[in-house]
Amino acid sequence: MEKVNIVIVGGGPAGLAAAAAAYDAGERSILILERDNMLGGILNQCIHNGFGLHTFKEELTGPEYARRFEEQVEERGIACKLNTMVMDISPEKVVTAMNRTDGMFEIEAKAIVLAMGCRERSRGALNIPGYRPAGIYSAGTAQRLVNIEGYMPGREVVILGSGDIGLIMARRMTLEGAKVKVVAELMPYSGGLKRNIVQCLDDFGIPLKLSHTVVDIEGKDRVTGVTIAEVDSHNKPIPGTEEHYSCDTLLLSCGLLPENELSRQAGVQLSPVTNGPVVNESLETSIPGVFAAGNVLHVHDLVDYVSEEAASAGRNAAAYVRGELAEDRSGEIPLEFAGGPRYTVPAAIDPEKMNDTLTVRFRVGAVMKNRFVDLYLDDERVLHRRRQVMAPGEMEELVLKRTMFEKHGPVQKITIRVEEA
Amino acid sequence: MEERNLICINCPMGCPLTVTLNDAGEVVSVTGNTCPRGEAYGRKEVTNPTRIVTSSLPVSGAKGQIAMVSVKTASDIPKGAIFDVVRDMKGLVVEAPVHIGDVVKADIAGTGVDLVATRDVE
Repeated sequence: MEKVNIVIVGGGPAGLAAAAAAYDAGERSILILERDNMLGGILNQCIHNGFGLHTFKEELTGPEYARRFEEQVEERGIACKLNTMVMDISPEKVVTAMNRTDGMFEIEAKAIVLAMGCRERSRGALNIPGYRPAGIYSAGTAQRLVNIEGYMPGREVVILGSGDIGLIMARRMTLEGAKVKVVAELMPYSGGLKRNIVQCLDDFGIPLKLSHTVVDIEGKDRVTGVTIAEVDSHNKPIPGTEEHYSCDTLLLSCGLLPENELSRQAGVQLSPVTNGPVVNESLETSIPGVFAAGNVLHVHDLVDYVSEEAASAGRNAAAYVRGELAEDRSGEIPLEFAGGPRYTVPAAIDPEKMNDTLTVRFRVGAVMKNRFVDLYLDDERVLHRRRQVMAPGEMEELVLKRTMFEKHGPVQKITIRVEEA
Repeated sequence: MEERNLICINCPMGCPLTVTLNDAGEVVSVTGNTCPRGEAYGRKEVTNPTRIVTSSLPVSGAKGQIAMVSVKTASDIPKGAIFDVVRDMKGLVVEAPVHIGDVVKADIAGTGVDLVATRDVE
């Protein structure tokens, strides 16, 4: 059986950054497995600008951002297998994969970085009533059709869900000559970034209807129209608020789900909140030597943070291979939270294993204004950060410093608290 | 005096900006931004709003299976010219090989800004 020190599952932004960082940490035996025929993952179809402001201090499009990281991987001579599907990861870190040239093969890895990304929530998962005609696409499918394959999915469009891809596609379809009639969002707030509401909807006069959902889809062969209605505080449609829109296309942008079939098979513990692996400060999952980063871990808004997180996972995987990351997990303290966060990544911290800084990321469950985000070590408040607005659609972060822990001394309890200002 | 409330679109922080204009329509102050880009955006957005336009165009002669090449305006163009740029792109076919930064069409729609490729197609 072939032996590789670090196998990276997925050649998107997370996999590429993890590979380059593992190499720079001194590791030379690295293999990236990618199921598509090119590296770069979903960035290849994200042709809009706004990527890379944090990483490169300039505004890039998705393909340009991906290319920078591909170049890093190429310059370092890191091995990649394209068109290769990983079938299974065993708890002993044997990776089973297949492609057309090698057939089915197994690789014994010392460490694995999970970087499989995420998937869109489908119509089947949304339970929308109505017929099942052609013309219903996830926003990402439409994005691929328009930007990569050069087909227009339709001319008159209604979008359900205000996730970022849906907002981006509202603008993209408009520029390609389609009429985007409305974006309906079930929640009382948008799931996407405010900047995308401004530059993708407001710029083109596309209405966003919050607390609205699709209650009927018409058309037997092809969509001919949809009916949307306002919903009450229990997300139940309010009778009498129905509005009909004639259209030939319905795009769904209703959330992204980390793609963890392989992690589950491997026996990695998953979080019911994020649908991603539960990780510690080293981004190490419940299986020692298996790390996770990027959208497979929790869905990000911003690729720059994916790259940053994945680089950290890559460095930690290299440290694990060198035997510098102790397998003993008894020093881990669960990261507790109160007042707003729905989860934190990481979920536990071993102060002994922490690097000089550790970025903790989380999302809140509702829109909150004028708050403080505080970090407590036992009862001592060591961080106090003001936030004007926090929203579920925008990931929050808090940077913890090793010196905070050293100053505090032995700690029993670590808590992130969101408090009213 | 007039106050306008904007959301900065430069980065995902989406800072809420307040731009104050005097009676002559000149910007007196920008507040709410956390970086210099925000101030620049606030000033521009109330006087001469601009956007970068991105799209993808068919490519001919590519070695692989790539059908389209993504493109952008090399810098921002007046917001009012977005659809002029889109119309001027219509019918363009890009010859492979093409590389990031290659000019696909110079001075698109008379904006003085070039349309450039944002991916490599061999």
